[in-house]
This record gives sequence, structure tokens and C-alpha cells, in this order.
Amino acid sequence: NSEIFELKAELNSDKKEKKKEAVKKVIASMTVGKDVSALFPDVVNCMQTDNLELKKLVYLYLMNYAKSQPDMAIMAVNTFVKDCEDPNPLIRALAVRTMGCIRVDKITEYLCEPLRKCLKDEDPYVRKTAAVCVAKLHDINAQLVEDQGFLDTLKDLISDSNPMVVANAVAALSEIAESHPNSNLLDLNPQTINKLLTALNECTEWGQIFILDCLANYTPRDDRESQSICERVTPRLSHANSAVVLSAVKVLMKFMEMLPKDLDYYGTLLKKLAPPLVTLLSAEPELQYVALRNINLIVQRRPEILKHEMKVFFVKYNDPIYVKLEKLDIMIRLASQANIAQVLAELKEYATEVDVDFVRKAVRAIGRCAIKVEQSAERCVSTLLDLIQTKVNYVVQEAIVVIKDIFRKYPNKYESVIATLCENLDSLDEPEARAAMIWIVGEYAERIDNADELLESFLEGFHDESTQVQLQLLTGIVKLFLKKPTETQELVQQVLSLATQDSDNPDLRDRGYIYWRLLSTDPVAAKEVVLAEKPLISEETDLIEPTLLEELICHIGTLASVYHKPPSAFVEGSRGVQHKRLPGSAGSGESVDSPDTGSAAGVSEAPPAVIPSQGDLLGDLLNLDLTPPTTTGPPPPTSGMQMGAMDLLGGGLDSLVSLLYTVDSLGGDLGGNPAMAAGFGAPPAVMPTSFNAPVSGGLDDLFDLGGGVGMPMGSYSPPKTVWLPAMKAKGLEISGTFARRSGVIQMEMTLTNKAMSVMTDFAIQFNRNSFGLAPAGPLQVLTPLSPNQSIEVSLPLNTVGPVMKMEPLNNLQVAVKNNIDVFYFSCQYPISMLFVEDGKMERQVFLATWKDIPNDNESQFQIKDCHLSSDAASNKLQGSNIFTIAKRTVEGQDMLYQSIKLTNGIWVLAELRVQAGNPNYTVSIVRGLHFVTYREV
Amino acid sequence: MIHSLFLINHTGDIFLEKHWKSVISRSVCDYFFEAKEKAGDPENVPPVLQTPHHYLITIYRGKLFLLSVIQTEVPPLFVIEFLHRVADTFQDYFGECSEGVIKDNVVTVYELLEEMLDNGFPLATESNVLKEMIKPPNILRSVVNTLTGSSNVGDTLPTGQLSNIPWRRAGVKYTNNEAYFDVIEEIDAILDKSGTTVFAEIQGVIEACVRLTGMPDLTLSFMNPRLLDDVSFHPCVRFKRWEAERVLSFIPPDGNFTLMTYHVSSQNLVAIPVYVKQSISFFESGSCGRLDITLGPKQTMGKMVEGLTVTIHMPKTVLSANLTATQGNYTYDLATKVLVWDIGKLNPQKLPNLKGSLSVQAGAPKPEENPSLNIGLKIQQLAISGLKVSRLDMYGEKYKPFKGVKYVTKAGKFQVRT
Repeated sequence: NSEIFELKAELNSDKKEKKKEAVKKVIASMTVGKDVSALFPDVVNCMQTDNLELKKLVYLYLMNYAKSQPDMAIMAVNTFVKDCEDPNPLIRALAVRTMGCIRVDKITEYLCEPLRKCLKDEDPYVRKTAAVCVAKLHDINAQLVEDQGFLDTLKDLISDSNPMVVANAVAALSEIAESHPNSNLLDLNPQTINKLLTALNECTEWGQIFILDCLANYTPRDDRESQSICERVTPRLSHANSAVVLSAVKVLMKFMEMLPKDLDYYGTLLKKLAPPLVTLLSAEPELQYVALRNINLIVQRRPEILKHEMKVFFVKYNDPIYVKLEKLDIMIRLASQANIAQVLAELKEYATEVDVDFVRKAVRAIGRCAIKVEQSAERCVSTLLDLIQTKVNYVVQEAIVVIKDIFRKYPNKYESVIATLCENLDSLDEPEARAAMIWIVGEYAERIDNADELLESFLEGFHDESTQVQLQLLTGIVKLFLKKPTETQELVQQVLSLATQDSDNPDLRDRGYIYWRLLSTDPVAAKEVVLAEKPLISEETDLIEPTLLEELICHIGTLASVYHKPPSAFVEGSRGVQHKRLPGSAGSGESVDSPDTGSAAGVSEAPPAVIPSQGDLLGDLLNLDLTPPTTTGPPPPTSGMQMGAMDLLGGGLDSLVSLLYTVDSLGGDLGGNPAMAAGFGAPPAVMPTSFNAPVSGGLDDLFDLGGGVGMPMGSYSPPKTVWLPAMKAKGLEISGTFARRSGVIQMEMTLTNKAMSVMTDFAIQFNRNSFGLAPAGPLQVLTPLSPNQSIEVSLPLNTVGPVMKMEPLNNLQVAVKNNIDVFYFSCQYPISMLFVEDGKMERQVFLATWKDIPNDNESQFQIKDCHLSSDAASNKLQGSNIFTIAKRTVEGQDMLYQSIKLTNGIWVLAELRVQAGNPNYTVSIVRGLHFVTYREV
Repeated sequence: MIHSLFLINHTGDIFLEKHWKSVISRSVCDYFFEAKEKAGDPENVPPVLQTPHHYLITIYRGKLFLLSVIQTEVPPLFVIEFLHRVADTFQDYFGECSEGVIKDNVVTVYELLEEMLDNGFPLATESNVLKEMIKPPNILRSVVNTLTGSSNVGDTLPTGQLSNIPWRRAGVKYTNNEAYFDVIEEIDAILDKSGTTVFAEIQGVIEACVRLTGMPDLTLSFMNPRLLDDVSFHPCVRFKRWEAERVLSFIPPDGNFTLMTYHVSSQNLVAIPVYVKQSISFFESGSCGRLDITLGPKQTMGKMVEGLTVTIHMPKTVLSANLTATQGNYTYDLATKVLVWDIGKLNPQKLPNLKGSLSVQAGAPKPEENPSLNIGLKIQQLAISGLKVSRLDMYGEKYKPFKGVKYVTKAGKFQVRT
């Protein structure tokens, strides 16, 4: 404290020089984090000086401490205001700049007038400083900035004659716009674009970045405008500042989407993009890292740009690890038949490096090459075997994991190596490797003499294994049992009981029960399911899902591009972040995804399927994989009954599992509960996934509120239609509809006898259907039906019948019998019949669920010509068990957040947007999940 | 934009902080320290880190971390480039970028940071603009300042700030007018065991030192400009003329600057000046290994190869090296496990050889990895790509300057695998 005291004395010295030195000492203490705020009044007293250096130092101090000493800071206001009128532009600019940095409300009030003047100052240096000051002020008090009209002045500065002023205005507007995503601050039109492009050539490198990033938000009107902007942006690719280069790449990558591919210029542009990207890789490692993350996106979108540049991604032994891993990733993406030999040689080299993470990734990469480039598979396998011979523990384990994938991709080709793999069984201590090995043993049980012993050896420590291994072991042993039933009954019994009775893991238990039931009810079906032909695995792994990729391409150079996540996923306060999309390609309806016509052989025509990350239960159950490569596209088509079974599994296992789990949680102790045993007898309901088309159709009906006048409150029920015409049923005509009353689904029919004779002995039966609808009792037609007589019948339904996916989903095949014959017809029930009364989700749960459901589960459609208010619509929908959980009003638009629960426990979440005065509503449906696990359906 | 900057030494002490908006607590750096701990080597700390409320973007230069905190979506390259510019400026002002000089000049550093960034937006980053506003410290000046009471801070608007040529100040005067250009090429290469080139490219740079009076307008042309694959220019270079005529036309900044950098990657153009014959092997038992390395000239274009060095990162289990060098000296650093063989000039008549045994920790398994060799070398008066400056013309001024061009080739990341 004596130090503070001394400084105080020096600050109040008469000698200018001593004062200055004292202020310097104060600043020095401040910079290392010492608290010198006690000297505030003494330092502020030094402010009234014509010595610019001293003034600057005092300003530095003020900016740091004004917040903690607001009343003192007021003392400085007069000097600031005076300095804003100083003849020297440097001082005017300094004053307005510093005032903006003092984050004290009382000071900002005084700032407005000087700022207004400075924005129109004759000196561009002052104007450009003032432009940034608007952004500062906005950060402190947004309302003030809007009220004072500073935003408009800022917009005017985009047309300023000085390029530096333009650049700063753009930068300030961009920053302000980030906190107002829906504002139209940067209203880009061809005139402003032209001004920006002119300023681009003359402003500083930083200004160029701001301008390029701003340009990237513009969508050109046509391909000609797009080309002309590209032409003016390409020189930026030769800038020494890598951030300028990458921002230019962003603009070009986005705008070239609009160029016709047959255009010469398109090819020229592609060629121009490669060299600057390569050059970025010779920069400092931090720059390389960001560049590599972006190149990873670029090669996914346009592999042709860098297809000849494989070598620049070769790893140097002293690259930082974060650069090595990124390079490896890109090498695999660029691997093709043409360069695979080089790539493999490199990967083998890397597999002997020191860094464990890198070595692992290199080994994995060898497996990915085998899967991607068929011609190389054999070499890859032999390389992997060489690596296994090194006996380096983690190398062996990685090799086994990838060899499993190679088996999947090329069945019946490399199984001769199984013996070598089995030798290493004991050394495996990582779950993934153990799981892979178990998969191999189970899958090839018929070729491995001691498969039962091998699997049994894992069983001993079953409870200590990770879930991944437990699941694999369960499936592996079931496979073994199906292949060699005679010797392995005891083993399968053992694993089933371990999984179902001794485990707390619902996934494991559920899978155990499914197998158990399959095996006990229908071993043939079990075989068809468990040993079904596996879908092919995809060539590419870890590909970014195409719509996300498109969005990320629009964000090249940003944090989003480094994280490979949309900004909405991580930017704070991103509620309003708009998703960016690439513009469509010009003219031709050609898909932007299709690979370039001239691309190398080996690039498949179809867009590569994206690997689902986890939790694909079909894959899971068939035990395809828990790790990256899994299914691509739909399972191979099969026919007839098997089709049903496949589909059933394909779609609905998740909910099957969920349903079992529900019973479980209700019924308490599963194993010994007779109710559960009964549950085993009647197959539970299943909800298939292909929810999209048919359901939106069904919902469309439901939301068809337009003709709602006079419609009674309560569940929506369509008018009766003729299901079975008399001429097709020997005189029996059936028309009908469905309704939901007091929680019971009713099938309401009118039976009319148009024949000449009396009809008796009515009975009804349903075919298996998507939601397990079945008559809850017999068809009640008690009296014989005379000719020309009609009778109204109401048949209550339940949802515990057998399940089979129907096309469309809500199709119901019905057989009606009478004394004359059996007649068949099919009808479609509104999906809303299945909405249960307790479908109102807790708000909290709703919020959490809404966030958790992946975007691709979302579908949107419009309801046309609906003239209800949002409240009326909400009431009406509630009648059909569509519950409004929350309502929000944003800019005159009402957003209703709604939940629906289906009879089989699946939740559907929806957002209904109603714009006042617009009869068209927008509905976003998010397919939901069962409440227990919120798994993807 | 950039919110705050923390300077951190390699042991993890924060020794300077600067905030351009509100103050962010130092504790935000804890996330960085965590990552640093995890990475082990300071070089391996990931440059972009995410924390619950901020992003940390870091560069590592000269044993210092420059850590910036950002709060909104800002292009990371922008931040990284800026941080390197800050380090460059310190280098330029104080001769080096180290904790010591930064602490000694803390007020100047603070003034510089204030001038370089306003509200997180770059303000003045050009060296000559900064120097007009904040004079670099030098002993003579501080003596003069004390005597005359004059200041380190310029009180006029830097002339370059707003003109179309912000990189050059007006009124430059020299008695000797000179312009020197250094064409420096670095070979980045990976050679495999057998000596075959796996990958090779040349990173070239033309460093200029121009001391010319007035507003000279220069044109530099090459004999063979087409061999350049990719170029990046100092903002002073007129890109249109390069596109059309392949000449560099520019009004130069005053003093030292990087005129252009370029890249030659066409494999056939990259000559490899030396060959390396090597064998490093470890025995399965007996805790030892053998090393035998010979270097010889390959494509030297008739020039002398100098400054030849071989650096090897040995496996951790190697305890010592007992070697004989026919030329130069070798050292083996036990702590870092780095073997350095300093050879000097390469004599084609008597090839340098290093040979002997390595002793390995007893009982340790045979090392799994093969150490790579890093080669250092220098060739004067040669640009290995064959690039040649044909002429330099000056317009706009009457006097006749002295013009000089110098070539040098160095090894960049030149690695030989074993």
C-alpha cells in the first residue's frame, strides 16, 4: 500500500514528466492485474493535458476502471465532449473511441451527440472510428442506438467514399446483426453489393474479411450475377492473410452452386480453388488446423477440387497431433483407386509412430480404405495381419475392430484369417475390440470348431463387461445356438437368464426378452431375423449429413466449420440463428449432390449414405455393428411374410422394446410375474417408422379445420364413406367411419342389405395391421337384416392385436362374414383415432424432448385455408387429443407447441404456426419417441 | 470480435491481460490449462477450445501462448492471424517476442494492443502505421526524450492510415537509395527408407528491404514465372498486372517487408540436394542398437551444400549413443532424447558418416517406432526451383537506386524415414 501512496503523490506532482511516469507505473500495475482503482481521482485529474501520450495513458486507465467507479467517471465526461471538437482528427477519434469503451450508462447518454457528429465528420479516420463506436454502444444499450437512429446512419456509411469506412460499417453492422438475427440490417441488393466489391479492393486485410463474410450472405439473382461476383472475388485467393483467403473460398464455394456445370468458368474456378487451399497447409500449425477442418468440408462437398493433392496431406512426424489427426481424416476421404497404393504405404508408416491416438486412427484408416476401395482390400487385410503380428496391444485391438468391418463388406473372402484373430483373443482388453471379436465368433460360429468354448470364456465375467460387449455376447450366443442348436442349449439359456434376470440395463434386458420370445415362439422366424442377410455397409464413414454439410459450407471459416456443427448448436443465445442454405444450381434440375461428370472412376453415382451414429436398433439387433460402418439404404428387398417380419423389425423394434419396457416398469418384477408371461403370449403392438407420408396425410385431414363450422367439439370423425359396395358383396353394402369416444376407438358402420334375402350371422375380423387394431368384441348385429333394411353398428376396437406394417400405414383390411359368404375390404382410419387422452406432455419434458430429437425427424407441411384463430384451433385440436403445451407469439405469429401420444406409446411433437390474417398454417411435426428412453423411432 | 487477450508463459503463468470490451475473469483460462495438461507438449494444445460461455483461440510462439477470448461467432483464422500479427509486432518493436521483453515494455505493449484493436476490431496492424503513432523504444531515444521532454507518441494522424497505400508513409528520404530482394526457398520433403521421394514441395518467399526516397513504383519480373503454383502477395502488389503479365508491380512499403510467398509442388521441379543412406536398428535382446548414416550430394546444381545437420528423435528407451563421426560433432540429449549431428559443409570427395552403437534401457522391449531423420541444410546463391529474377525497374522517381537480388535454399521440414 505504500506503493499506492507513493504513486498518489507522484500523480499529483507539478512536473509533467513525473506525472507521466507515474501514470505509466499505474498502467503497468494494472496490466499485471494489480488493483490500482484507488487512484482513480488522481489519474483522472491528469486527463486535462495537451500531451497526447499522457492523455492516451489516462484513457487506458479510464476504460479499465470506469465501470467500478461510475460516479468518478462522470468527471471525465466534459473532457471527452471537448476532445470530440478538437481540430486534430486523431484526438476527435480517440475521444469518441474511448467514450464508447466506458461501459457506464450515465456516460453513454453524453456520448450520443458527439457520436452523431463524428459519424458525419469530414475526416474518414474519425468516421471509421465512429462506425465501430456504434457497435460498442449497441452492446451497452441497444435500445438507445435504435432510438437515436444510429443504425440508419451506419447503413448510410456502406455507401461512404472511403473503403475503410465502408469496411468498418459492415463490420459493425454484422456484429449488431448477430444479436438481431431477424433484423434486416444488412439489406443486400445489387447496388450495395457493387459498393462492397469496390471497397473490397481497397480496404485493409481485416476489412476484406468483414466484407467477404458479408458478401457470403447474399444470394445472387442469377448465374450471371453469381459469376461476376466470383470473378471479382477470386483475386482475394492470392492474399497473404489466410483468413482473407478462406473467406473468399466461402463466397466462391457458395456462389458456384449457382453456376451451370457445363460453363467453362465453372471449371476454371474449380482449378483456382486448389492452390490456395494447398498453400494454407504450409502456414503455422494453428492456421493449418482451421484450414484442415474446412478442407474436410470442402472435399465432402466437392471432392474434385483436391483429388490430385493427396500428398500435401501426408503427415510429418513433427506435426502437432491435432494436425496429424485432421490430415489422416482427409487422406481417407481422398483415397481412390488411383492413389490407394501411396495412401496405404503412408498409413502403414503411421501405424509405427509413437503417438497412440494417431496410430489407432491410422490402423482404423487402413480398414476404411479396404472398405472404400475394393481393389485394395486384399492388401489392406495383409497389412493389418502384419500389424497384428507386431503384437502391439492397441494396434492388434484396432486391427480386429476394422477387420470385422471388412468381413461385413466382403463376406466369404477373408475368413481364412479368423484363426490368426482367435490367437489374440486373450490380449483384448478394450470393449470395442472384445465386442468385435465376439461378433466375428458368433457370425462365423459354424466355421470355428470351438466357438462355444470361446464365447463361454467371455460369459464368466459377464457382469463386469461393458454393455457393448454384453449385447454382442448375447447376440453372438444366440447366433451360435441357431447354427449349432444341439450342443449349445445350456449356453443360450445361461446368457438369456444373465441378460434378463441379472441385469439392470434395459437395453440388454429388452434384447434378451426379444430373443427369448423369438426362440420360444418361432425358432424359424428367429433364424430369419437373427441370421438375416445383413445390409451392406457404406463405403464412407463419418460423412456429414448433406443438409448439415450445405449449411456448414455457408459457414466456411467460422467456428461452426471448426466444430462441424451448425451455429445453432453451440452459439450462445442462438435462438434466432437462421439456418443458411446453399443456393440452388441454375437452370438444370440437376442435383448438386451428384458427383462431377469427369470425376474419377470409383466414385459411386449414388450420393453416399450417411452412417447413423448410434442406436440404430435394426442394426443393433441383427448385431451388425455398434460402431461406425452400418447400414446403407434400405434392407435388401424380400417378399411375402418375410417382408413383414423384416419390416416389422426394420421399423418398429424400438417401440417394441419400449413397450416391453413399459410393461416391465408397470408390472414390477418381470421374471416372476405371471402378467408378463401373458404379455409374452400376445405380441405387443408395434409402430413402424415410415411415418412420413401416410401420417402427414392423416394429419392433414385432422388439421383440416377449414370446414369446421358446426362440427361438434370432441374428436374429429370423418363422414361415413362406402367401404364395401353392394355389388361386390352379394348385396351387402357397408359404409363406415371411425371415431374416438371416451378413450375408445369405435368403428361405426352402416350395414345395408340390398339383396333379396335376409342376412344373418354377421362376424368381423381384421388382418394384422400397423397399430394392432382389433375388435374388442364380436360384431353386434342381433337381429337378422331384412332386404332394404339398414342397421347402425358401433364396434369398439382395442390396440392389442397382431402387428404388421401396412401400406399406407393406416390401412386396415377387414373381413366380414354373413350367412352368404365372406367379404373382404380395406379402409383407412384417421391416424387421430390413435391419439390417447393422456397425451399432454409435461412442459419440461417437452422442452427437453424437442431439443433431443434429431432435426431429420422433422417434417413440415402447410394447412391451407384455415380461418380459425390460434386459440380456436388449439381448442379444436384438443378435442382430438392434440394438446397445446405452450404458446409463444413472435412477430405476430403464434407458435403452438403440441404433443400427441399414440396408442403404442410413441410421442409426436408438433409446432403449429399461425400468422394472423394468413389462412395457411405451417405445421412442423417432430416424430417422437417413447417416454422411457426417447430413442429415435 | 476479439474480447480479451491473455499472455501466458510455457509454465502456465498469466503475465499480461488486456480486455477490449468488458473484463473477463482470468479463470476462463482454466479450460486452457486443462487442455494444456492433457496435451503434454505445448505444441500439441488444440488451437480452438470451447468453454461454456466463451471460445479460446490460442497460438504458441516463442514459448509463449497468446490466448484470445471470443464470445460470438468470429472466424478463427481471423483471430489466429491477428495473434500472429501481435507477436510479429512485438518482435518488430522489441527484437524478440518473449516474456522478458514484454514485461520490460509493458506500457508500450499496452499502448500497442490498444492501437491494434478497437472493440475487438483490428485498427492499425501495419508496422509502419504503428511506428508513426507509437515509437519503438531505443536507448538513444529515451535519453533524448528525457532531455527534451518529448514523447513517444506521435500526435499527428499517421499519413498511411487512410490513403490508398496505407503501407507507405509520405515524405520518405534517403541519401543512399537501395532495394534488396532475398529469394528464399525451403524444401519440404519426406523421403522413405529407400531414399525415394514420397512428397516434396518448395515454399518460397521473397523478402524485401527497400529504402527508396519518395513514391517509387517498382516492377519486378521473373525469367520463369510460370513455375509458381500458388502465390500470395503483400497488399501492395497489383494483382491485375500479375494476372495479365506475370510481373510484380507495386509501390513498396518503406523498409523490410515480405513481398510475396509462393509454392512449387510439381514434383519434377523439386530437386533433392542430398541423399541419405541410413540404417538404425535395435536388437531383439541385448539392450542395444546400431546406427549408421552417410550423406552425399544429389542434385546440388553444382553448388556447395552447407550447414548440414541431422536431427533424430530417438525412442524413449535409448539411454546413450556411442558413435564416431568422420566429420562434425554429434550430441545426444538424454532429457529430450534428441540426437543432433552437426556436419557443416558437404564434401563430395569425402562423404560424412556417423556410425556406432546405441544403448537401450535394460529389459525394455524393442522400440516399436522407427525414428525419422530431420535434415537441415543451406545452399547459397541458388533457388532450387530455378526461379530467377530477370529485372527490376523503377518508375515515378528520377534517381538511380542500387538494386540487389540474393538467392538461398534451405531445408524446411525435410524428413527421412527409417
